[in-house]
Amino acid sequence: MNPDLTLSKATKSALLAMADDELVIGHRDSEWTGHSPILEEDIAFSNIAQDEIGHALVWFTLYEELGGRNPDAMGFERPWKDFTCSHFVAYPRGDFAYTVVRQFLYDHQEVVRLQGLRASSNERIRNAAERILREESYHILHADGLFERLAQGTRESRDRTQSAVDRAFQQALGLFEDTPGEAILVDAGVVRANASLLLDWVRDIQPIFARAGIKIPIRRGESGFTFECEPDYGGRVGKHLPDLAGVVEDMQSVYQLAPGGRW
Amino acid sequence: MVNQELALQHIWKTLEQVHDPEIPVLSVVDMRIVRNVEIGEGGVRVEITPTFSGCPAMELIRQEIRDRLREAGFDSVTVEKNVALPWSTDMLSEPVREKLRTFGIAPPPRVEVELKLSAAEIVQCPFCASGDTKLESEFGATLCKQLYYCLSCRQSFERFKSL
Repeated sequence: MNPDLTLSKATKSALLAMADDELVIGHRDSEWTGHSPILEEDIAFSNIAQDEIGHALVWFTLYEELGGRNPDAMGFERPWKDFTCSHFVAYPRGDFAYTVVRQFLYDHQEVVRLQGLRASSNERIRNAAERILREESYHILHADGLFERLAQGTRESRDRTQSAVDRAFQQALGLFEDTPGEAILVDAGVVRANASLLLDWVRDIQPIFARAGIKIPIRRGESGFTFECEPDYGGRVGKHLPDLAGVVEDMQSVYQLAPGGRW
Repeated sequence: MVNQELALQHIWKTLEQVHDPEIPVLSVVDMRIVRNVEIGEGGVRVEITPTFSGCPAMELIRQEIRDRLREAGFDSVTVEKNVALPWSTDMLSEPVREKLRTFGIAPPPRVEVELKLSAAEIVQCPFCASGDTKLESEFGATLCKQLYYCLSCRQSFERFKSL
């Protein structure tokens, strides 16, 4: 087999996984437009949705440059079963605490991933990551501030935050599931290994949880730590839950009225 | 070749008439959205890059560029969007920052090496120049702006985000 072809195929898988995560969480975020508990958060989640969908567009565009279909086709014509997003991004938006916790865990994941991609051997990916990382800085400022306010607010906001974390933490580990051909990409310096991104992610978020007094299912040991939960895997290899069908169908419904139509 | 150079100058001048729909006081040249212009056998090729990745104005800008150049006599124009070109608000020149301020938008601080954000950062009000302002929201009416409030002149204002 041509090694470049394998590299290109593995790169496409990694780009697609990132694009799909961004598109689906972006769509979930957009569900708060007009429904957020306060106006500032309505604006925030509408902006975040637009940012994440914009990031999806960037990764889909690089995917197309490697010989894939165009971004609209990938986002709006592809059946949900062919998506490679994690389960995590597809779960229903839940209450506002779950939304905030999910976005917090997701944004910190995105940042460690982009920091890794800044050193990518692929110049297109490197340049794109640089810009997206700066955009994400604003998400982190928002997510950290809001997470701490909810965790340290009223008894109810604290309880809701803790139960959201109890559900979301295990789900979020699914963001670090390997994409097909990951080892090839790591060897070629295109991406950093998910296993090492996971360590950076824990390093970044653990102090924030500690400060907020919110428990996470991690046990510290002599040599590092272990998770007290199973990662929610399956999305990267197309084993999806019905929640994805719902969100993709909703997202694609307008486009499907007139596929390829021009405004 | 003189003709070609004149044509290029004419194209850049024309592009200065294409405005960013979200900040009408700035042109797509001011914003460094237009990155390269070439004249080849296939006509004029204009390369553009988005400011923020999710900027919804890109399609409109592409159309505007085509229309304006056609009016200026260039019939065959391709506008190519390159999503992976480096872009930073550090590329905005001092006169451009001044235009933003006059328009009532606080210009973006320089990123220099690494973007470091803090909610406690001091931002100057574009109306009264007071530093007694507070961040109302990390986000604003468009992707490139944040909401601030001036405690001195009691006026809300927007700030262009550093990127």
